[in-house]
Amino acid sequence: MLKASKSVARIQRQANISIRRGLATVADPPVRRYGGLKDQDRIFTNAYCRHDHGIKGALSRGDWHRTKDILLKGDSWIIQTIKDSGLRGRGGAGFPSGLKWSFMNKPDWQKDKRPRYLVVNADEGEPGTCKDREILRGDPHKLVEGCLVAGRAMNATAAYIYIRGEFFQEASHLQQAIDEAYKGGFIGKDACGSGYSFDVYLHRGAGAYICGEETALIESLEGKQGKPRLKPPFPADVGLFGCPTTVANVETVAVAPTICRRGGSWFASFGRERNQGTKLFCISGHVNNPCVVEEEMSIPLKDLIERHCGGVRGGWDNLLGIIPGGSSVPVLPIDKCSEVLMDYDSLKDAQSGLGTGAVIVMDKSTDIVSAIARFSSFYKHESCGQCTPCREGTTWMMNMMNRMVEGRAHRREIDMLLELTKQVEGRTICALGDAAAWPIQGLMRHFRPEVEARIDAFRASQGGVMFGGRMIHDADPTLAIPDNLGANLVEPGDRV
Amino acid sequence: MLATTLLRRSATSTPSVFGRAFSNSCARRSDALFMHRDTEYNNPKIPFAFTADNVKRAEEIISRYPPQYKKAAVIPLLDLGQRQNKGWTSISVMNYVAKLLGMPPMRVYEVATFYTMFNREPIGENFVQVCTTTPCMLSGSTEILNTVCSQLGGITPGATTADGKFTVVEVECQGACSNAPMMVVNDDFYEDLTPATTKKVLEAFAKGQKPKPGPQSGRKTSENSAGLTSLTSKPYGPGEFCTPEFS
Repeated sequence: MLKASKSVARIQRQANISIRRGLATVADPPVRRYGGLKDQDRIFTNAYCRHDHGIKGALSRGDWHRTKDILLKGDSWIIQTIKDSGLRGRGGAGFPSGLKWSFMNKPDWQKDKRPRYLVVNADEGEPGTCKDREILRGDPHKLVEGCLVAGRAMNATAAYIYIRGEFFQEASHLQQAIDEAYKGGFIGKDACGSGYSFDVYLHRGAGAYICGEETALIESLEGKQGKPRLKPPFPADVGLFGCPTTVANVETVAVAPTICRRGGSWFASFGRERNQGTKLFCISGHVNNPCVVEEEMSIPLKDLIERHCGGVRGGWDNLLGIIPGGSSVPVLPIDKCSEVLMDYDSLKDAQSGLGTGAVIVMDKSTDIVSAIARFSSFYKHESCGQCTPCREGTTWMMNMMNRMVEGRAHRREIDMLLELTKQVEGRTICALGDAAAWPIQGLMRHFRPEVEARIDAFRASQGGVMFGGRMIHDADPTLAIPDNLGANLVEPGDRV
Repeated sequence: MLATTLLRRSATSTPSVFGRAFSNSCARRSDALFMHRDTEYNNPKIPFAFTADNVKRAEEIISRYPPQYKKAAVIPLLDLGQRQNKGWTSISVMNYVAKLLGMPPMRVYEVATFYTMFNREPIGENFVQVCTTTPCMLSGSTEILNTVCSQLGGITPGATTADGKFTVVEVECQGACSNAPMMVVNDDFYEDLTPATTKKVLEAFAKGQKPKPGPQSGRKTSENSAGLTSLTSKPYGPGEFCTPEFS
């Protein structure tokens, strides 16, 4: 007994020695929990339109506060501040904003006599996304001031704000803000008394999702069909009206003045390394209280839903899957949803993406196949028809997905569909082809058994299905059926 | 013009074939026909011109763009024309805009057929657009669409009621997903719908009233309906929390 306890004590002592640190060992970093942003650190203080959106309300909330001093600091100071803040584009691609803006100021840019444009992308159309709308109707002055600051950073002469045509109320709030800013001398000739001349124009679109793509947006702004252009030349060289142009998302532009006033390090103090800042998240679907909320980047997805949306309908265990970044990113199943953080890198590691921060929640009552099939018909409707893989592929994918909703397909067609998505992805001018392919890939990655079960059930009740959806018993037995229709395959369970 | 005459000729010269020939491909069923055929209500001979007010507005819009790129104003001007022409863009509207901007008419036709907000057929007094994309679908937009259709006398999406008061269409995402399900009537969003509130909104329009746009559930915009979880305190004022040089 005594001997035994002695030996135990010796083992413990050895163990203690082994975990004792020397001076040279690196201390574990403290575990940091993200989320729980305070109101004083929220940028969009009128996101819910509870206060006046006009100039008076905007001034009282700190907009246009010493904007002149920001402008007088010069382009390189603004760009450096944005770089320090770690701001990445909020429109979906997540390109570092400071770097993007600096592309406009190439060496000897002063010798180029062309006008230079900032184009703000307010063509918010990604299913699930409704964040820019809250900025446009609640805090339009933040956007107008952002245009001026971002425009100064890239030495632009004018800004065009391309707003989607359906946003009528939002467009009128924004037009009001622009008019008030001109009247107050904040923009126009000698903006804010800084000697810098800058114009802001509003342009309303007419309903085309594809115009959210930057070159399509430029085409549309020039009064043509919104069909994306090949790059290069990049818009920073040849863009709107053949002049140097930078296209940026509403949220990216609207946060710039606040970052300049409160310092890049303040903004960079939120979120993980390389994913810093605050962000508007819009949560829709099967949560108790869907809402739009500004939160810290890297907030765990589960925290976001439970803190701000009253949790998933029927409790967290009733969750089926979440699309974390708008229609273009793959769906995540419940086990991944409980561990991912809402930032670019964490979601990328989970084989999805942050996109626009549009969280679409689906509980167990959801017909996931038809939910994704609805996305396929969305992309079919919105494909501009310029590139063949996308034009034909989206129609084809939609037809196949619609068949899979009822299970009228062959098991082997799942792989054919995946192959098809791989053939569309990366073979088009813009990313719409990729965006149409990813939701299907995500569905098959995580919910393939569900699709297979449907196909089996349909087969059991209705009989065999050939590739392409025709029933075997509908085929005329007096005619030869080509072998590539899969009518004569040996199926599992068949007696050979 | 040449295109339309060619079309007309080919339409009359082809014999009406009921069964498709072996070599024919299947009929294209697009949600809107992309070609124009002259009809009594829609042909180039019907005159159209902006009212004096709209001429002023058009000049203001054109002034936003560089003078050599006047055609950039084509989308806003078509929209203006559509509003003046009872909500739809006829061939005369397109021709007028083309003339105003000095563009070949074909370039205007291209634009008018590309964008979904230009209706190239007449619509009813109230244009009801029900969003059915996934976020709305998850929140019950199918039920809303069925309610709208049955409330308006059992019409199908894309059709106009017999009295010409309503046209219903299904549309893709309108960007109000946290307030799903939603529909757009004319320019206004009606959000957080249930079948009961949908009926109420449509009944008000049928009476010629305009119900209050926005969420129909009682919340103001897109905040948490069970009580605010953020922005509960008074917004901070100018210079607060800024770096010393900007405070």
